[in-house]
Amino acid sequence: MINETLYNLIITIIKIIVVLSVAMLHVAFAVYFERKTIGHMQRRLGPMEVGPHGILQSFADVIKLFFKEDLVPASADKPLFYIAPVIGIAATMVSLSVVPFFNGFAIANIKVGLLFLFAMSSLGAYAVILAGWASNSKYSFLGGMRSSAQVISYEVSMGLSLVGVMIMAESLNLNDIVAAQQNFPTRLYIIPQFIGFVVFVLSAMAETNRVPFDLPEAEQELVAGYFTEYSGMRFALFFLAEYIGMLVMSSVAVVCFLGGWGLPGFIYSIFSGSSIFISILEVICFLFKLYMCMFFYYWVRSTLPRYRYDQLMSLGWKILIPVSVFNILITGTIKMLVQ
Amino acid sequence: MDIKQMPAIDKDTLKSENLVLNMGPHHPATHGVMRLLLELDGETVVKCTPYVGYLHRGVEKLAEDMTYLRALPLTDRLDYISSMTHNQGYCYAVETLLGVEVPVRAKFIRTMVCEMSRIASHLLWIATHALDIGAMTVFLYAFKEREFILEQFEALCGARLTVTYPRIGGVRNDVSQEFIDSVYDFTNYFPSKVDEYERLIDRNRIWFKRTRGIGVITAEEAVNYGLTGAALRGSGVNYDIRKLFPYDAYDSVDFDVPIGTHGDVYDRYRCRMEELRQSNRIIRQCIERLPKGAIMTKDAPKVTLPSKKKVLTSMESMIHHFMVITKGPINCPKGEVYVATEAPKGELGFYFISDGEGKPYRMRVRAPSFVHIAALPKLCEGGLVADVISNIGSIDIVLGECDR
Repeated sequence: MINETLYNLIITIIKIIVVLSVAMLHVAFAVYFERKTIGHMQRRLGPMEVGPHGILQSFADVIKLFFKEDLVPASADKPLFYIAPVIGIAATMVSLSVVPFFNGFAIANIKVGLLFLFAMSSLGAYAVILAGWASNSKYSFLGGMRSSAQVISYEVSMGLSLVGVMIMAESLNLNDIVAAQQNFPTRLYIIPQFIGFVVFVLSAMAETNRVPFDLPEAEQELVAGYFTEYSGMRFALFFLAEYIGMLVMSSVAVVCFLGGWGLPGFIYSIFSGSSIFISILEVICFLFKLYMCMFFYYWVRSTLPRYRYDQLMSLGWKILIPVSVFNILITGTIKMLVQ
Repeated sequence: MDIKQMPAIDKDTLKSENLVLNMGPHHPATHGVMRLLLELDGETVVKCTPYVGYLHRGVEKLAEDMTYLRALPLTDRLDYISSMTHNQGYCYAVETLLGVEVPVRAKFIRTMVCEMSRIASHLLWIATHALDIGAMTVFLYAFKEREFILEQFEALCGARLTVTYPRIGGVRNDVSQEFIDSVYDFTNYFPSKVDEYERLIDRNRIWFKRTRGIGVITAEEAVNYGLTGAALRGSGVNYDIRKLFPYDAYDSVDFDVPIGTHGDVYDRYRCRMEELRQSNRIIRQCIERLPKGAIMTKDAPKVTLPSKKKVLTSMESMIHHFMVITKGPINCPKGEVYVATEAPKGELGFYFISDGEGKPYRMRVRAPSFVHIAALPKLCEGGLVADVISNIGSIDIVLGECDR
């Protein structure tokens, strides 16, 4: 009995270490990927100096940030100032625990995975608000205010956009949602749930403060928004949280709409003997879809201007929420009729 | 306490203060060292007070102690983004004061390089304006063409920004055939590049929302505030000094003056984008009609310098050279002159009072940026913080010129 508990504990810790270290490394390359993608879209090369084609640039940046002086403004609310980035990074990293990277693999395969994700992304808003408040700077304060309003508004539409998926999969467990898509005729929920997908992608952009909804950190208006006063590793934690947040949101999009780790059916019949090989293929499939989503983020960033604060709010409340409610209505009606 | 015993909340006695936000002097979007004191009610701007003067170098005072020729490089430092037009404005004013006529070839060359300068300035404007509103890619697209123009300036006179190429009585040196060829080639493809920038933002819904109906100023108000250039034309006033009071070769080239209707950020943006195409047209015509001849006037020996060869061989020329360099133009007329030219940012005026010496008794620069900043409160008040940024971009200011 004790042995079994110990065994489970060790396995979980190993899983956590693997997922978190992969996620951290992923951030380094996601930043590199972003800089390269945007660079090439803008007729320039992006990072080229550190390592071949600048592939080690992110590591150089991290080392630089690590040795920077850690400045805390004299008038800052110190405990809150210290704890804000930690909340941010913790909330996003914990979200990773429910994401299924291949069939059956998640650090915590809990029944309410989707709700857990929502809870954690709402918790992430505290980091922004607290950072904005604690810095005692007007730019940070405005950034924090904007962010709190934005996250609260878009949380609603994001939650509603996924209700359609919940109705169809009849589960909140992310692994079950993917499995349900495998049994669905189109094998992807994006086809019946296209409206939900669009609403989700827009809300996820707002939720992770990306262009065109990057108002809390609008450089030209608020210098750097809520993390204006942060430097060194504390700044790096916010940066890390933003990119892991993008990773989490992209994986939710992949899991709920794009079939998650699900491979095309014939591959399962060809490699039916080797489950390890299938798992590897599933991880590759998942990551491929994930990076397509990430690429979409970057693509939008290099193309679109930024919304204004009030326009963002009216988009969220007047368009996205009614549309997603309409989507729920349709999905529910069809589900009732089919049954 | 029982709820019924709570005193009624009187909204007038509730204390609420506006947030005072000090935007600048160093801020990513103030385009230099300008400071705006914003009073915010939430995100709404209640009051906006611009503070200028952080870049004051006393250019006008410095010029009083310099001969007309030596004060010329100061004008490069006014609007360092488009120094050609400022050199030209200065030279044209001094020429008017001294009664010097410029050779036709020099006029065409000046017109050409000034329009190139205008394109460079407008490209920098669209780059930063779009970046301020969040469209990052336009910035890098526009910089490529601007880089080409600056390289051509470097090939022409050795400097990229502070060119000092136009001179009193002509231009410094003649243009080479390679210069003309590469600029002509540029005019072939440049309009398609303008289309490319527009494709990114022109029909973009977010761009519409951020610019249409923002920072509206009516034609009457714009005139009252003294706005000039595209900021005035965006409100529908047809005022372009190149058309109304042509100088240099502007009366011998065809071009249209784009006019807006609504006087908002979007119309000012449309005006400038159209001006890019018109400037391109002017450059083409200048190259096609470029006459042969001298590039420096020979009719004003008291103003211009004799050739180096003459200085080394003839006694009179050496004395003449010495006098012009140390004392400035000989036998200057007394009087006052105000001469305005169309700089990329608006009406650039030079006002001289001459007391007969070889240097100005007083030089005053009417800088469009300074006047435009005065209109910022009108544009920004009642809007949101984000609109302040689009307004600063849309009036196209450079602080070197404003603070002088």
